[in-house]
Amino acid sequence: MSEAPRPYTLVAELTYRCPLACGYCSNPLDLARHADELDTAAWTRVFGEAAALGILQVNLTGGEPLVRPDLEALVAAARAEDLYINLITSGIPSDAERLGRLASAGLDSIQISIQDSDRQGAAWIAGRDDLEAKLEMAAAARALQLPLTLNVVLHRGNIARVPEFIALAERLGAARLELANTQYLGWALANRGALLPSRAAVEEARVHASAARQRLRGRIEILFVRPDYYADRPRACMDGWARRYLLVTPDGIALPCHQALGITSLHWPSVRAQSLDAIWSGDPSFGAFRGEAWMPAPCRSCPERETDFGGCRCQAFALLGDAAATDPACALSPRHDLVIAARAGAEEAVAQIAPPPIRLRRFRSAP
Amino acid sequence: MIDRSSRLRLARQVRLKADPRSGKHLLLYPERGLELNEIAARVAALCTEEITVGEILDRLAEAAAAGTPRERIDGEVLEFLRALEARGLLTVGGA
Repeated sequence: MSEAPRPYTLVAELTYRCPLACGYCSNPLDLARHADELDTAAWTRVFGEAAALGILQVNLTGGEPLVRPDLEALVAAARAEDLYINLITSGIPSDAERLGRLASAGLDSIQISIQDSDRQGAAWIAGRDDLEAKLEMAAAARALQLPLTLNVVLHRGNIARVPEFIALAERLGAARLELANTQYLGWALANRGALLPSRAAVEEARVHASAARQRLRGRIEILFVRPDYYADRPRACMDGWARRYLLVTPDGIALPCHQALGITSLHWPSVRAQSLDAIWSGDPSFGAFRGEAWMPAPCRSCPERETDFGGCRCQAFALLGDAAATDPACALSPRHDLVIAARAGAEEAVAQIAPPPIRLRRFRSAP
Repeated sequence: MIDRSSRLRLARQVRLKADPRSGKHLLLYPERGLELNEIAARVAALCTEEITVGEILDRLAEAAAAGTPRERIDGEVLEFLRALEARGLLTVGGA
């Protein structure tokens, strides 16, 4: 195991409860098994341990963090550690007054997700349509001078409406617009056949985003995250395994990323039993894919290995059952055929007219 | 475009903070951070809208090592400010 680098960001998944049921959710499939949530005091301790580790930012996320009645207290606790606090929310249940209290408690910025600008599209992917309430929350954030990021997860059902999402970001006065293609893990992998867009649709969206980035330069920062299924090189997942990010699940499991629970070949530590410092620097699962010693061919001699860190370990496990394999998203992977086959499926599906069936993220639906 | 009469302030989403580990200053903003050297940190701290860019340049010139050409100070500081603006980290007000 190589020496632990300094982490910069804590991803605090405060709860997996959520009023929405998005079919691409990054939460684990076995949501109900993580219902024993850390309380206010435990999170407060975690924030303190994170700051002591050198962490500078915390993303308060979920599930839906607004369903935690103690969210104001958690923001205040993170602020007391001088962490930069992002609230990652769907905006639902919407409550403009509460947003004011969260801002007063020390929130630095807010990210509100929009599932779609089309009501039927939103209902298809999230099980309900909340666009009006979300827009009200975004307007409330602006009125409070809270910096606003608008986040849209892109998939086959909404990717054609990227120009509308850009117009929405302008109208709402967002500081950032995140147009992030779905990452096909967890719920999204289960729904991949319904969600993966065609190459042409991705390219068209990218061109719109790129033009808007030029036009809105200095006003709105526009991020466009391509789907790694069309990239031919893997994404630098989490800036490298257990390198910059530390995630804690609602029930206190520490992970290097949102999807790592899916790697069932590894055992994961709990913040209820150990300090963040002990976990970050000493836990064997955190050390498993740091550095380059774990890399197989062709990664270990690849000039890209310091850029993409060998790609996504969770994707290697999800598609190949081996977390140490080369990410199949990479064109150099011996199993890149799996990704090519998925692309071919997306091209065929584009010819269909009716929206495909999708499995919504529900607490009780069996994986 | 930033010029000498501009008044600048850090964008709403940006927080200037001293890193307790390294002592260096950082600009923190959603999902990212930018580590600043000593001079950049001084420039960022002067972006308060109370003074113009011209006055920022004057202050930096006063504090610079003797013999540093003024054009070099102005050029480097303006380049840094324009880079921050392009990333959306600065808000530009009028004269």
